[in-house]
Amino acid sequence: MKEITSSMAGTVLNIMVGGGDEITSGQEVLMIESMKMEIPIESQIEGKVSEVKVNIGDFVNEGDVLLVLE
Amino acid sequence: MTTVNTLVEKLKGKNREIEAGGHAKYHEKLQEQNKLFVRKRLELLFDNGIYEEDGKFANCAEKDLPADGVVTAIGKIYGQTVCVMANDSTVKAGSWGARTVEKIIRIQETAEKLKVPLLYLVDSAGARITDQLEMFPNRRGAGRIFYNQVKLSGMIPQICLLFGPSAAGGAYIPAFCDIVIMVDKNASMYLGSPRMAEKVIGEKVTLEEMGGARMHCSVSGCGDILAANEEEAIKLAKTYLTYFPANFKEMPKKNDPIEPKQGRDLEEIIPKNQNAPFDMYECIDALIDEDSFFEIKKLFAAEIITGLARIGGRTVGIIANQPRVKGGVLFVDSADKAAKFIQLCDAFHIPLLFLADVPGFMIGTKVEKAGIIRHGAKLIAAMSSATVPKISVIVRKAYGAGLYAMAGPAFEPDCCIALPTAQIAVMGPEAAVNAVYSNKIEKIEDPKEKITYIQEKQREYSEHIDIYKLASELIVDDIVSPFDLRNVLIQRFNLYETKELTFSVRKHPVYPV
Repeated sequence: MKEITSSMAGTVLNIMVGGGDEITSGQEVLMIESMKMEIPIESQIEGKVSEVKVNIGDFVNEGDVLLVLE
Repeated sequence: MTTVNTLVEKLKGKNREIEAGGHAKYHEKLQEQNKLFVRKRLELLFDNGIYEEDGKFANCAEKDLPADGVVTAIGKIYGQTVCVMANDSTVKAGSWGARTVEKIIRIQETAEKLKVPLLYLVDSAGARITDQLEMFPNRRGAGRIFYNQVKLSGMIPQICLLFGPSAAGGAYIPAFCDIVIMVDKNASMYLGSPRMAEKVIGEKVTLEEMGGARMHCSVSGCGDILAANEEEAIKLAKTYLTYFPANFKEMPKKNDPIEPKQGRDLEEIIPKNQNAPFDMYECIDALIDEDSFFEIKKLFAAEIITGLARIGGRTVGIIANQPRVKGGVLFVDSADKAAKFIQLCDAFHIPLLFLADVPGFMIGTKVEKAGIIRHGAKLIAAMSSATVPKISVIVRKAYGAGLYAMAGPAFEPDCCIALPTAQIAVMGPEAAVNAVYSNKIEKIEDPKEKITYIQEKQREYSEHIDIYKLASELIVDDIVSPFDLRNVLIQRFNLYETKELTFSVRKHPVYPV
């Protein structure tokens, strides 16, 4: 099981992928808002999304799991 | 009867023996590890593989200690004289005996006398415990190596190429160098080995996790560049040297100007929306001579970019916020990274270019506990005291202490240039309106009226910090079109060439650390 985590604390602004999507390394998968900035979360790994752990508007801490890949 | 010929033959034989290094089984081990023999490394490093060696016969009375495990040499790299110390890991795992240490100290003294760069090719298990009295505590013991490194810092470039382990005390050699290039999977740096950590503190960890090249280049910041293999590491070190003078008394050499890489114009790259992400690397490419970017600490604190480049053939050091990573916000590590890079450039007369797009320093308990204030102070101290030409370009926003850290107007940049997208303020319009009018906003019940009120206040605030107003107040020195920025930088760096500045007269500052 592979996980994509948040690079910093902030609010989930947008989720660009859903369950079952195949994602590639370097792909932007979520947008976090922190310090008034839109911060893209890029996947460092590739695989199929098995679970989206957050919703738009959720507050996340640095290191929190955002997506789980198969 | 002994003839001259037999003496010469004896000498040749001795030379061959020493140059062959340690036992064949250790050479086989090198191959298994994808490592090169020390003399092969030197052949790749020096122009035409030619160098002069001192102390080759060190410990030659002992059969299994050729050159006492270290080669010290002088030669040329791209025509520049350099000194080198290189561990031989086929000899007692590159460990240090008394003569090893003496040879290293002597090559440091030679580099100091010649005022030339010094390279440390490290692949060593550390001290030979059996020889500790002769090599550890005395005046010309191992400690003197580090003492000399500190003394040489800023006088001549000191470069570390880490090919294998750099253990215990030996780990301080890279720590005192200007730059550390580590070979992925083979290089490591640690004070206590994983075996020691398990015995002493019960920690079970692999060498790669604890002190591997990737960890040091991306997490601890002790490594600056991760090289895929030894050949690449050597090539990188040679290229790095081309940006530097031989010593602090000389100036960096100029190259022929080269046009920037073909790509989008700055105007297209930089979004008008202050909060939207963009890739600062694309901006850098649009400003510098093609293929001239030599990035330092790429994998560490990527929210700030630090690297050497050429603009119109002139070497400059670039410090740029990266809005794509953590919004370009400054953290503890980003402050440290930029502070060291500024010191490196300032020591060797490399002018500084700041490209600011910074929302400020990070806030919250986590960073406060990590001492973000003192780390930020470290960056501001390094930037303030740098006396090389400094140009600050406000690419987009520069908020709060972020403006200060990026060589804002109060920090004596030779000029502070704004692009038309620039916005300088204590904080952005959204945050400012929230801070100043929060009570009023809360009292407005009608949601539509609330939004209208907020928008109106944000508009007023934006007008107040309009970049033309700041230029009118002489806060920025010029507003430049993104299409003209490269030419303006070339021109201004040329004009600032004669800059001479003594920052402050004193013994030394009490630096925040």
